[in-house]
Amino acid sequence: MPIRDWFNKKKIRSPKQPTSKRTVPVGIWSKCADCNKIIYQKELFDNHFVCPECGHHYRLSAWQRIKLLTDPETFRETESGLSAKDPLKFKAGKTYAASLARAKKKSRLKEAVITGRGKINGVTVGLAVMDFNFIGGSMGSAVGEKIVRLIELSIAEKLPLIIVTSSGGARMQEGVFSLMQMAKTSAAIGRYQRFGLPYISILTNPTMGGVTASFASLADIIIAEPQALIGFAGPRIIEQTIKKKIPEGFQSSESMLKNGQIDMVVERGRLKSTVSTLLAMLTLGEAANA
Amino acid sequence: MPKYIADFEHPIVELEKHLNDLKKNPSSTKKSYAREILRLEQEIDRLKVRVYRNLTPWQRIQLARHPERPQFLDYLSELFQNFIELRGDRLYGDDRAIIGGLANFNNFRVMVIGNEKGRKIKDKLEHNFGMPHPSGYRKAARLFRLAAKFHLPVVSFIDTPGAYPGIESEEHGQAGAIANNLRILAGLKVPVIAINIGEGGSGGALALGVANRVFMMENAYYSVITPEGCASILWGDSAHAPEAAAALALTADKLFKFKLIDGIIKEPLGGLRGEVLSVAAQLNEILLAALTELTGWDGEKLADERYKRLRKIGVFSEDKFYELAQGMRLIKGE
Ligand SMILES: [Zn+2]
Repeated sequence: MPIRDWFNKKKIRSPKQPTSKRTVPVGIWSKCADCNKIIYQKELFDNHFVCPECGHHYRLSAWQRIKLLTDPETFRETESGLSAKDPLKFKAGKTYAASLARAKKKSRLKEAVITGRGKINGVTVGLAVMDFNFIGGSMGSAVGEKIVRLIELSIAEKLPLIIVTSSGGARMQEGVFSLMQMAKTSAAIGRYQRFGLPYISILTNPTMGGVTASFASLADIIIAEPQALIGFAGPRIIEQTIKKKIPEGFQSSESMLKNGQIDMVVERGRLKSTVSTLLAMLTLGEAANA
Repeated sequence: MPKYIADFEHPIVELEKHLNDLKKNPSSTKKSYAREILRLEQEIDRLKVRVYRNLTPWQRIQLARHPERPQFLDYLSELFQNFIELRGDRLYGDDRAIIGGLANFNNFRVMVIGNEKGRKIKDKLEHNFGMPHPSGYRKAARLFRLAAKFHLPVVSFIDTPGAYPGIESEEHGQAGAIANNLRILAGLKVPVIAINIGEGGSGGALALGVANRVFMMENAYYSVITPEGCASILWGDSAHAPEAAAALALTADKLFKFKLIDGIIKEPLGGLRGEVLSVAAQLNEILLAALTELTGWDGEKLADERYKRLRKIGVFSEDKFYELAQGMRLIKGE
């Protein structure tokens, strides 16, 4: 990509409060949940589930995201057999066991993250992608373990590391076991970064709590999709604490960018090429170092 | 200031009040009066044992949050000598919700850091009720690095309801500040010892807590989310917090059972109130033992041990057959 294009960014729309409940509308023709315009399903599909009218980024499943980012037929999943247990026999209203069973059925996944090796424009990377459909993409023991194993694999094989987040935070149904995954993943990232390998994190709607406050914020380069909700404390908790309405656009990708917390906001259509360019920039000298 | 009484303590307080009234107005005949006093005293003792030996997780949280409970600065003045406070994040501020500096502990020179909540209203406001902003975590990060540079062990005291959830704290990168502390502490080349003395509120507490040895006071709690927050998510009503507290397994005994902490410091019946003397000897012994053990280790070994401890944390299932089947499907091109 010519350097000029890098800076020739489209003017960013004034950010609005990101919403987390919007899913892709169904039917041949449907109404965009954001701009209310009628959109042709196929067009939405071809546009990586970004509304062609208003640019609203609909949520992707982990597998859709993998397809978007990796070269066809190159992704090989690792640790696919790893899944949650119920160490606390958690029961509060409904049981964790029931939530897990429902999440598996709904998402057709075993856990809230998929990890593996894949190629991005020919470059092999370690890739983890979280899926919000599985208990809000929350991080429990299994999610933490899968991510750490991917980091360790990436160290062993000297792979660049890409992690795409979409998560409400730590999974409360595993109590302190979940909390400690924040420390475990952050520690593993710290080790990875000693080897001079690039770690790029891609924050998508939403990335909150214990995930933002651990590995997601520790990347060498942090990218966010437009209008994603990104932060530590949830907007509701903040409103309860400060007893005020939070301002428009607060905790959006665009405000994170403005406040110096991330490197760039990148539209979905340019995500793969952006990552690819960054990898080329960061790893050209790798052979000489090895 | 009126004395704070937790809900479950009311029966005890009622009896104590009755006893005091009786002592003030000795109206009955001498013999039966003495007998009544004795009976009441015994009943109070029995009730205290019954209540305080069978605390529910929610009741322990009331004790952990008790306004008379000793705070970091109380421990600091009792257990450490020659404290020299080091202030500021060198970026834009000095967050008083985290206090840190150099001190002597027995024969050791240490970097001691802790959450301070404040006791009087004025102090509470100064220390923001123990809820740090990013600036506090960044000050801590600076002190962690300083400790490593001068080969000083880090001793941290955790006592926070959580990182402050506000507009400014989010805009200044609360999440990134916490994450950075987790990474720094995990890789620090000096001993790190953490003691949870009251509230271990989620990531905001963990940001001082990635350590080679982690201890908890008997009535402290450590949780991924406040019971109130958990209850409002799961029931839509924070009034269910007691049930959430029970479900979250956040008490010291549970965490010790799960091998997530290394030891528990016993508290007097009814929990610590206004003094640390009753636990000072225990704390002194535990800290001294940990420092003595870890001081001989080199930096790599300390960081490695911390990583190995974290690496083991997690309960999950592994289905190797599923993994194999997935691989087969791929080979067959399904
Ligand atoms: Zn639209």
